[in-house]
Amino acid sequence: MTAIPAPMGKFGQSVKRVEDSRLITGNGRYVDDLVLPGQTHAAFVRSAYAHARIGAIDVSAAAAMPGVVKILTGQDLVDGGLFALPSGWGLTSIDGTPARVGVHHALAVDTVRFVGEPVALVIAETRGQARDAADSVFVEYEELLAVVDMVAALGPDAPQLHPDIPSNRAFTWDIGNAEEADAAFARATRRVSIELRNNRLVPNAMEPRAINAEWRAYDGSMTIHLTHQNPIGMRVLFMMLLGLESENHLRVVSPDVGGGFGSKAPAYAEELAVAFAARAVGRPVKWTAERTESFLTDAHGRDHGTRAELAMDDEGRFLGLKVHTLANLGGYISTSNALVVSYMYATMLCGQYAIPAVHAVVEGVYTNTCPVDAYRGAGRPEAAYVIERLAHLAAREIGVDQAEIRRRNFVRAFPHQTPLVYCYDSGDYEGCLDAALRLADYAGFEQRRAEARARGKLRGTGLSAYVEACGIGPSKLLASLGGGGNMWESCEIRVQPAGSVEVLTGAHNHGQGHQTVYAQIISERFGIPMDRITVVQGDTDRIQAGTGTYGSRASVGLSAAVRSCDKIIEKGRQIVGYMLGIDPGAVDFADGIYTSAATNQTVAFTEMVHAAHAATQFPTDQLEPGLVATSFFDPPNFTYPAGVHVCEVEIDPETGVTEVVAFNAADDFGNVANPLIVEGQVHGGLTQGIAQALWENAVYDPDTAQLMTASYMDYGMPRADSLPEFGLAFWPSPTPVNPLGMKGCGEAGAIGSPPAVINAVCDALGIAHVDMPASPEKIWRLCQERQEAL
Amino acid sequence: MYQLAYSRPGSLADALALLAEDEGAQAISGGQTLMPVLRARLAMPSRLVDLLKLPELAGIRAVAGGIEIGAATTHADVAASAEVRAVLPALADLAGGIGDPAIRHRGTIGGSIANNDPAACYPSALLALGASITTSQRTLAADDFFTGMFSTALEAGEIVTAVHLPACQRARYIKFRNPASRFALVGAFAAQLPSGYRIAITGGGHGVFRWREAEAHLDSGGAIGAITEDMLDLAHFTGDLHGSAEYRHHIAAVIVRRALSALA
Repeated sequence: MTAIPAPMGKFGQSVKRVEDSRLITGNGRYVDDLVLPGQTHAAFVRSAYAHARIGAIDVSAAAAMPGVVKILTGQDLVDGGLFALPSGWGLTSIDGTPARVGVHHALAVDTVRFVGEPVALVIAETRGQARDAADSVFVEYEELLAVVDMVAALGPDAPQLHPDIPSNRAFTWDIGNAEEADAAFARATRRVSIELRNNRLVPNAMEPRAINAEWRAYDGSMTIHLTHQNPIGMRVLFMMLLGLESENHLRVVSPDVGGGFGSKAPAYAEELAVAFAARAVGRPVKWTAERTESFLTDAHGRDHGTRAELAMDDEGRFLGLKVHTLANLGGYISTSNALVVSYMYATMLCGQYAIPAVHAVVEGVYTNTCPVDAYRGAGRPEAAYVIERLAHLAAREIGVDQAEIRRRNFVRAFPHQTPLVYCYDSGDYEGCLDAALRLADYAGFEQRRAEARARGKLRGTGLSAYVEACGIGPSKLLASLGGGGNMWESCEIRVQPAGSVEVLTGAHNHGQGHQTVYAQIISERFGIPMDRITVVQGDTDRIQAGTGTYGSRASVGLSAAVRSCDKIIEKGRQIVGYMLGIDPGAVDFADGIYTSAATNQTVAFTEMVHAAHAATQFPTDQLEPGLVATSFFDPPNFTYPAGVHVCEVEIDPETGVTEVVAFNAADDFGNVANPLIVEGQVHGGLTQGIAQALWENAVYDPDTAQLMTASYMDYGMPRADSLPEFGLAFWPSPTPVNPLGMKGCGEAGAIGSPPAVINAVCDALGIAHVDMPASPEKIWRLCQERQEAL
Repeated sequence: MYQLAYSRPGSLADALALLAEDEGAQAISGGQTLMPVLRARLAMPSRLVDLLKLPELAGIRAVAGGIEIGAATTHADVAASAEVRAVLPALADLAGGIGDPAIRHRGTIGGSIANNDPAACYPSALLALGASITTSQRTLAADDFFTGMFSTALEAGEIVTAVHLPACQRARYIKFRNPASRFALVGAFAAQLPSGYRIAITGGGHGVFRWREAEAHLDSGGAIGAITEDMLDLAHFTGDLHGSAEYRHHIAAVIVRRALSALA
């Protein structure tokens, strides 16, 4: 029998994900799987009203029901010293005043502001008993008028959601230069403008939100098992909100996490209430959201209303851009949303184009809807949608091809300082465009259009050239914009005596394949098999520091890992120098072997590891034993992934059904560590973006503010059989801002694809605009108008 | 879900007895409608009486002039049945297009027609094919069985045991899917039987119905292309988030024409 050699990792290879066989055979370990000694269960009493004053809460019947341990109301939490949920980003309005943040209690006090907002919490011996008792808590409500529409919410007759926030306006923020933009518009000879909606989305992670919190009275400490993208960040926040003595009194553990898309990055009311409850009852309390609760309360995505105008010269060169966006915040400002709707959105409005003068205004508006926060792309999809719809209109206005208008305006020299704070790192936008057009056989499109017409179908093609910002940092820049800094990532590498390696990272895997990619990169650096490397994450008792995973941050974490690898290798060089009795500077290291060119001697990496721990071959007063290295990487800039998506649709004019018949994407993700994983990320992102353009839509009743799409009966999740085979190509311009040259790929698919789809639909119908989702009835009505016009 | 008792009787007689002795008992077949309702705590039966394993409700049998399908037969089994495909391919196609694989392996034909969801697929096939439905008490014509939205001629405690369908090669079901639920936003089953054309439409909102004007038009030699929504009463249709009454009305005519064209 021949032994199969353990696979060696290599940067750039399509290594299969090592975590998958465990996860798909039911051996994942999620928060809900954990049962603690003395376990109790929580169920929430939620408001059926979108806006109401809370009167008396009668818990007497519920408290007498079997198994009930405790019932908590909002007032109980306030009386117990629990702080309200904060807005995690300090945004300043144009007039210099700070954003007006409505007080967000973990359990509503006095007033509920959206359907599903938690009002009380029942803790019982079983999940069923908690649910039964929650149904028997009687809350008196005085129903108030509710408002869903942002324009209405800003109007004089709107109900006021928060006592000290007139017109329901949290902030009016701007970026860019209004005078310069006005001057550019005055000079311009051609203009296009658009009014559009970026539809509200429900995130729909496969694993619902869950928490299991345990309190240890003997030392006043707590452990929270939490399905989350950023357990380390939650430790600091929950410590402060719960009033725990120190960070050391709170351990946060995020085990396997079944998807997040941003929705597992905020701090949530329910989780905070459960943590409080665990301390109040002195027993572990578990809560796992039911799917309806996920629909009602997982932070929603997008929901912008935007007016935008682009000024050009006669050749279609972009001179100026003005954008005014209303951002629906929901009933409260969720943790990161003030950042998402400002610096994650408006900074990216220039897209891939050299637009000299820009001014953008964002108004944050409270409505009686679920709070909004980051969702796959978090602001960048909204920006790409605005500028790429405008680019499409610009091509129509000037009478040139969709590709040509983009060519005339691309940024061509890097680094490129935009007028909107950010500085693009690297790129080859025209090369990427040409790669996408080749992939899509763009030259052959008109023939396909004619062939479709013969079958009675309207075929259209749409381009989208997106650029986005990933690997958020540096800390200092983010702090200057209103954040708390803290945008680095850490990585500790522990090489153990027998040669296995533990990698501790604050980046958190919730589907990205970190176990594989970290192992792949470290395997190559050390020249040891991948199966010797274990990635440890998600437990604040084991990982000292980090900032989690969002905005394709793994490139930051991997950069820290590479630095730690370099430190280990360098220390190994010192050790080998002593072992061979030569100058460490004369020791080379490659493929897992230290070599002395002068003496022709070699020491394997594993031999060096043994020596490092045995500590017998070098003077320990000059070189410390052991092999542990920790690095913190604070990126000098964001990375700016970019790409071009080309969508082809066919529309059945008789029914209005739009079918995506081809979708091709050429992307610049910088260097690609694992093409297989990256392609998977792109497939998922494209699917979510195409779904936003065609099917997904969170709809509230305009009068009652009830969520009409609160289940899969009404919320249009994408299915594989509704999508074409995707054509993908990489067109890398490695970034100079991190040692691996990686830019990130997690959001790109969802950023570039919605405008590509809508541009294709508009091209097929010969119309200027249709709002997402391009539902069959909407398109059918447009086809009827088109028919009448012919 | 609330606390409840669960029984899996071994015979039809036992099932009927269980339903008779407890007013709060509820029969369950594949549970594709009832289980979500129970999970959402929208119903509180005292007992579920599971019909899935009743021998009297099992199996697909070729019978003279057609086919008999036991009420507890899953959609997946109908879709995969060589017997069904041989005599009534349109029905196998319909079954294979219901929901997704998980639903098709749980949901049953008896459960679907007893529930008579106004957007379900099966009722349109039974109505268009002039099927008959055998219950624990009697046999009913499809025309008499479906009585409106979520409503049938079934009496309390009466259980559908089998469905009898005529062989028909000239039949076709077209479903215009609700993009979210994949129920029929509108579905049309068209069949040409020895007695003439029969067309049934589901998804209108008030329950499955026959488009008798179009049937008469065809029976008198009218052209498929001349069938338009103008011949169809708009009052059959209601609107919701996914399509207005007017849109459904229009789509019904489109898919009926397409189904009929596909018969040729």
